[in-house]
Amino acid sequence: MKRRTFAGIGAGVFLLPLAACGDDSDSGDGGGGDGLVVGFAQVGAESAWRTANSTSVQDAAAADDRIAELKFVDAQQDQEKQIEAVRNFITQQVDVIVLAPVVETGWTDVLQEAADAGIPVVLADRGIEAADEDLYVTRLGSDFVAEGRSAGEWAATTFADDADGTRILELQGTTGSAPANDRKTGFFEVLDAEGLNYEIVDSQSGNFTAEEGKSVMETFITTHGLDGIDLLYAHNDEMGLGAIQAIEEAGFAPGTDIQIIIVDGSKAGFQAGVDGKLNYIVECNPVFGEQLMDVVVQVADGESVEKFTPVEEGVFDATQFEAELPNRQF
Amino acid sequence: MSSYAKRLMWPVLILLALIVVNIIATGVDFIIPSVNDDGRLGGAFVNILRRSAPLLLIALGMTLVIATKGIDLSVGAVYAIGAAIACQLIIDAPDQTAAGLVFTAISLALVVTAVIGAWNGVMVAYFGIQPIVATLILMIAGRGIAQLVTGGQIPKVQDSSPFTELGRGAFLTIPIPIWIAALALTALALLTRKTALGMLLESVGGNPEASRLAGIRSKGITVLVYLVCGLCAGLAGLIGAANLGSADANNGGLWIELDAILAVVIGGTALVGGRFFLLGTAIGVAIIGTLEDTIINVGLSSQWQFTAKAVVVFVVALLQSPEFRAWILKPFKRKPETTAPAPVEEAAK
Repeated sequence: MKRRTFAGIGAGVFLLPLAACGDDSDSGDGGGGDGLVVGFAQVGAESAWRTANSTSVQDAAAADDRIAELKFVDAQQDQEKQIEAVRNFITQQVDVIVLAPVVETGWTDVLQEAADAGIPVVLADRGIEAADEDLYVTRLGSDFVAEGRSAGEWAATTFADDADGTRILELQGTTGSAPANDRKTGFFEVLDAEGLNYEIVDSQSGNFTAEEGKSVMETFITTHGLDGIDLLYAHNDEMGLGAIQAIEEAGFAPGTDIQIIIVDGSKAGFQAGVDGKLNYIVECNPVFGEQLMDVVVQVADGESVEKFTPVEEGVFDATQFEAELPNRQF
Repeated sequence: MSSYAKRLMWPVLILLALIVVNIIATGVDFIIPSVNDDGRLGGAFVNILRRSAPLLLIALGMTLVIATKGIDLSVGAVYAIGAAIACQLIIDAPDQTAAGLVFTAISLALVVTAVIGAWNGVMVAYFGIQPIVATLILMIAGRGIAQLVTGGQIPKVQDSSPFTELGRGAFLTIPIPIWIAALALTALALLTRKTALGMLLESVGGNPEASRLAGIRSKGITVLVYLVCGLCAGLAGLIGAANLGSADANNGGLWIELDAILAVVIGGTALVGGRFFLLGTAIGVAIIGTLEDTIINVGLSSQWQFTAKAVVVFVVALLQSPEFRAWILKPFKRKPETTAPAPVEEAAK
């Protein structure tokens, strides 16, 4: 008996920090008054991008007079927790539910419950499967295909005069994820449409992490060499930054010996751009809190909105890196 | 052939087969080290060894834990904690290039991870919690702790900080991670084979109660082993973080505990405790590291990564099973069995 009690205390000590983490979640209370009560079921805090996204939404809600309260739940990348959070929002009869779904499937039941309770649902960032399209009002998020196209347009223009063909390495995101699939599709769609003479030397997943981006790039370098390679296209900046290190350690100059495009645009990514180590950044913008609040108010007022609202996103080339760096929020 | 060499034979053959596949796919340069412009040894195989250093450190610690009939699931999280503490301390300081600061950061990270390891050991040895449960707690909570340390951000250390040398530097042209991993392997091998410690470990793993009655302080040994495992995981995290110049609380060392257990098993150490093979573990790590490059070199797409890994592990597991080998060799063995009686063959073994 005694032994178990001690173990319980031990376990409790280590679980405390986690519990404390969860307690932060309702700190996003709004500015009072008789505005809207909004429930936001966020994916988690798995990356700097996500943290910036959560901060942006919480700040925008706090600053917005039309929003009385934002109930913020961090689902720690667990769909079960998110479904539970949405159910709680329904019980608490919030005015609008905002959901950033962890995965695309399995939302039919709980979203039907929300519909039955007459609570409109807005998706933020990620989407859900097409069969459930009637169960949400609109999705506000990044257009990953458009991001791929932007990258492709720059590549097609930059290498238009490359007579002997453009040799490309690609670092894909997590296999099968929407951003990885769409950024690839959009990119090569434009290259094909523009009639660029190119060859994919190799294309592998770096799982969106710096660690795998670096190790895959090291293998690319030992397998293919870097002498004939013109362009590296990395689906996010963590992988791109890892690859830049691998290129430098192999004795080449990233950005000069090989041109580099990254998607995302974090502070670290822009810093690498300022240092001349990469050539083009396609932004994937997490700071859409204010835009989200506008959509939420429109939806609550019953205005008709498009099924998909793209987040405002920019593209930056070498001349713009330095000016943009101070504006970066993550 | 001694039983030790016999145990190592199959993993070594698999590793050689993988190397041959790579040489066929990319040429003999795969195995021959080259010298980089900065005087550091490079080339495909050296890169594999360098990248595998964190996994080897963790797998060595895991081998010792498994020898005591335990398991440590928390090593991936401890990796993240070690990386987070060191990077956060360094970026909070005014001058990231100060050698004293880097030394303090590394020491503190190692002390914390060793304490965490010891805590696991205390839960297992003194509170009698099953190892899988005791270490599961930290596997879950550890990344949360690492996130608290970094404030949810990914701290990035300047490239000019000496800390990055731990992952990128070289001593006598050989990359530092390889030095650290080789030293750890040698030290642990000497410690367990040249002193009585190895035998005590095997006896604790074989039967803790009998060991205690025989006068072995089995609880102390268990705590020590988990402490070493935590220390190894922390050191691995430092190397990983130094290589990237950053600490990712969410993804750093993610699932490395499973790769480590895999390497231990490939190396011939059984999960039931008792006998252990540090050298076998090292070969297991080399197989896993080489396999990841092989997939790219033979031109398989990323989707194949997990399946290919599973196939190789499956083959190794089958080859190591005496039952399977007997079953597959049965049709060929019939004739000798009729001419030579079975007991003679047994004796020859």
